[in-house]
Amino acid sequence: MTKRLFVKGNEAVAMAAIEAGCRYYFGYPITPQSDIPEYLSRELPRLNGEFIQAESEIASINMLLGASATGVRAMTSSSSPGISLKQEGISYMAGSELPGVIVNISRSGPGLGGIDASQSDYFQAVKGGGHGGYHIVVLAPSSVQEMYDLTMLAFDLADIYRMPAMVLADSVVGQMKEPLVPNKRPAADLPDKDWAVRGKGDGEQRVVKSLFLGDGELEAHNWKLYRKYQELKARECRWEACQTDDADLLVAAFGSTARIAKTAIMMAREEGLKVGLLRPITLFPFPERAFLEATERTKKVLVVELNTGQMVEDVRLSVARDAEVAFYGRPPGAGSLPTPEELLEQIRQHY
Amino acid sequence: MQQVFKRPISLKDVQTHFCPGCHHGTIHRLVAEALDEFGVQGRTIGVASVGCSVFLYGYFDIDVVEAPHGRASAVATGVKRARPDNFVFTYQGDGDLAAIGTAEIIHAANRGEDITVIFVNNTTYGMTGGQMAPTTLVGQKTSTSPYGRNQHKDGAPIRMAELLAQLEGVAFSARVAVNNPKNIIDAKRQFKKAFRYQVEGKGFSFIEALSACPTNWGMNAIAANERVGSEMADYFKLGVFKNTDNM
Ligand SMILES: Cc1ncc(C[n+]2csc(CCOP(=O)(O)OP(=O)(O)O)c2C)c(N)n1
Ligand code: SF4
Ligand SMILES: [Mg+2]
Repeated sequence: MTKRLFVKGNEAVAMAAIEAGCRYYFGYPITPQSDIPEYLSRELPRLNGEFIQAESEIASINMLLGASATGVRAMTSSSSPGISLKQEGISYMAGSELPGVIVNISRSGPGLGGIDASQSDYFQAVKGGGHGGYHIVVLAPSSVQEMYDLTMLAFDLADIYRMPAMVLADSVVGQMKEPLVPNKRPAADLPDKDWAVRGKGDGEQRVVKSLFLGDGELEAHNWKLYRKYQELKARECRWEACQTDDADLLVAAFGSTARIAKTAIMMAREEGLKVGLLRPITLFPFPERAFLEATERTKKVLVVELNTGQMVEDVRLSVARDAEVAFYGRPPGAGSLPTPEELLEQIRQHY
Repeated sequence: MQQVFKRPISLKDVQTHFCPGCHHGTIHRLVAEALDEFGVQGRTIGVASVGCSVFLYGYFDIDVVEAPHGRASAVATGVKRARPDNFVFTYQGDGDLAAIGTAEIIHAANRGEDITVIFVNNTTYGMTGGQMAPTTLVGQKTSTSPYGRNQHKDGAPIRMAELLAQLEGVAFSARVAVNNPKNIIDAKRQFKKAFRYQVEGKGFSFIEALSACPTNWGMNAIAANERVGSEMADYFKLGVFKNTDNM
């Protein structure tokens, strides 16, 4: 029989990191993600790994940069205010083509905001939160099992494409407990890290850097990054389509909100409304084709987010030209998580 | 014939971009000589900072990671924890280490990371055109302290070598200058000590080198060199502030 555990989403992230071969963690405490560093501070030393509680999120992301430059699998985690501080380092990692996993158990803002579930960091995550016009891989789990599986995937995609990868979740999926099948690390065809600095020995010098001053060098570098993003879009989009085949209305939602939307869709089906769910799992690359193909048939889309409208922009850019895209969302904060009944009402209105 | 002087093998055979009279080149050489001396070139990972020394990889024939401005000690921490058998050093300016990177250096030092930090103090932001640095002397005119540094508004210059020596995690801390042959010989000795600490796995070593920036001081090379030995060394005293193993 397959082993089943009953764990929190945040613990699943930490377990998956270990299963994926990550032995280096650098972080700074912040709610609601502290279970991740707590778990790893206990487990990594036993595995000959390193855990550092750094002086800040800025230091943590730069420790990740340094460790990753040597070719090892390493990660950091935080929540929104801390992720803001990490943006400088993420930009440097993107520019230096360094893999590395960043987990954002995001919370509400702006500023100190609150610790409630939130999707208001979608833009920051998928549009390149730091300077320089880059992208990182962004994965949006909506269950404890996905927290586990997508964390392992984040490490693989980061290594394959030599870029940072983010797991973007919130306290709903981070703090809840669900059954988890602790899958083995999947086999992946990983490239050699022939760029990693390990001391040149008798070989050629290796340099990990993001400074390109020669005539045309930086442009060429950015075209190279651009081609990677195109390749990701072509090969790595992931989404869940649930009851979309006969649907007259598609609900689009990611992460925690998609769970609530799913319940609302089931309630709507019981009322005889043909409603389906299209849930992006990769937020970058955004599953544009999936939306285009789905809206070739179903002309109405209702986007639901725990913010005042962010992913909806990517949905509008992706759908068929004659599709109608409506939006329902609330700014995150205590008491603003929508109920299934509330979403059902929206479904009825837009059906 | 016997060869008595040659380029350290850790340095590449290239011209540097440093201005005439700049001390960065001399300090590069001392670092390279120490790398050669301990035979660690092949297992060294250097961490470059943002400042006039950003092209570290262009001059040293070693593996290099380029850190964001101020973050070199944190980057080096990540490198060293992942590769404890490598020799890891950072090379940072005074703006980089003593302003934007203060938190990172204090905590790397306090954790006693087994790395060597080379801190080049030229009392200014060389690369960005000579603005006031945390080490700018009181009264010194810079492009952002046109009336001279005012202690009441800007604070007094920070003495990093003394400050870090206070921390338990620091094994070695010294300040050197490279403005004359005598000081260079002494600096060479201190670099060797600082490197030995790491080679023997004995903890965090820090070496501050006073450095001339004739371009941004508005001086010729000779006057700038003299300023290092007078005004600068008066305030930033040369010496060893911590040497836990009496090396
Ligand atoms: C985040 C950030 N802020 C500012 C800068 C601009 N900048 C580049 S080098 C530098 C200061 C360099 O001075 P120092 O560290 O003393 O090195 P020096 O050039 O004097 O050797 C600054 C402020 C930057 N690159 N990044
Ligand atoms: S600006 Fe100053 S520190 Fe920079 S290379 Fe010239 S003299 Fe050296
Ligand atoms: Mg300087």
